[in-house]
Amino acid sequence: MRRLALAAVALAAGVALAQERAIAPGELKSGSAFLGSDLRALQNDDFANPGMLWVERGEKLWREPAGKENLACAGCHKDTSMRGVAASYPKIDKASGKLLNLEGRINLCRTERIGAEPLRYESEDLLALTAYLARQSLGAPIAASIAGAARAHFEAGRASYHLRRGQMNLSCAHCHDAQWGKRLLSETISQGHPNAYPAYRMEWQTMGSLERRLRACLSGIRAEMLPYGSQEYLDLELYLAWRAQGLPIETPGVRR
Amino acid sequence: MAARIQIPREARRGEVIEVRILIQHPMETGYRHDDVGHLIKRNVINVLSCRYNGVEVFRADLSSGISANPYVQFYTVAEASGDLEFTWADDEGQRGSERQAIVVKG
Repeated sequence: MRRLALAAVALAAGVALAQERAIAPGELKSGSAFLGSDLRALQNDDFANPGMLWVERGEKLWREPAGKENLACAGCHKDTSMRGVAASYPKIDKASGKLLNLEGRINLCRTERIGAEPLRYESEDLLALTAYLARQSLGAPIAASIAGAARAHFEAGRASYHLRRGQMNLSCAHCHDAQWGKRLLSETISQGHPNAYPAYRMEWQTMGSLERRLRACLSGIRAEMLPYGSQEYLDLELYLAWRAQGLPIETPGVRR
Repeated sequence: MAARIQIPREARRGEVIEVRILIQHPMETGYRHDDVGHLIKRNVINVLSCRYNGVEVFRADLSSGISANPYVQFYTVAEASGDLEFTWADDEGQRGSERQAIVVKG
């Protein structure tokens, strides 16, 4: 009886969760759907996509021994075992109980397993390794878990997503939930999904992480930008991943 | 300077082949300023050339209008087995090169 009641509660929670989605799963559109056909073609061209330069560099780094242990990533991880891994991030690290994005996971492995210095956010090497890892999950649907310890981070991320900020007094939801598909000057507002990151942005003329993209949005609404790797970004990344659940990974994406 | 080259591994003699190259380079225009207001010096790849078995088949003088990580595509005729060798140089005098082999049959 008690088990049945629990099941009913879980079911109700599931229904409630489903209702929380501002964009129904059937309506989810990747950022590439809001691009012009030229950029979409560039992204889909495995050779000309400039992000592939970072993916290639990442593959080299993956096989290169580093740190005090003189160990390469490939020394522990079989290549095929990385398939789909990126789609489950951000994820709770079992040992520390902390929420990690892919960049954080790479750096934790570097410091704890191979005795190397952590890589700086937005450094070419960290972008390359992250892009290479995410590329192994090309086409895998985003499936980040918000169960257990992740739940609190998810709630914080959701609050952060809906918080009005900056001189324009806008939250993420004002554009990416309520106005997507409409024009903002010459550009179409996207749904704000993280499935193509790290991505090559024309505006940057280089590769950038999801956090760099979040900072660009914050700067756009004239709000204060947080430092890279801050807890608020991580929580927000988890909320974004949940919001984009089921969208296939496209890394390295090409964006405006 | 990392680069990627794409040519067919094999071609028939006389066949028109597509040659593609993507070079990692910031292509600094010389019009941008850094965080403290100083002009960033122009640094672009100013020449890109391709030799097919030693004979130049393509040459481009690039300038600041070309975006970062330039991508160039052209066509040439497969005449004999051998190498396509790309060389390029930027304003700072850095040089890069990359080569790839092609087998021509018939």
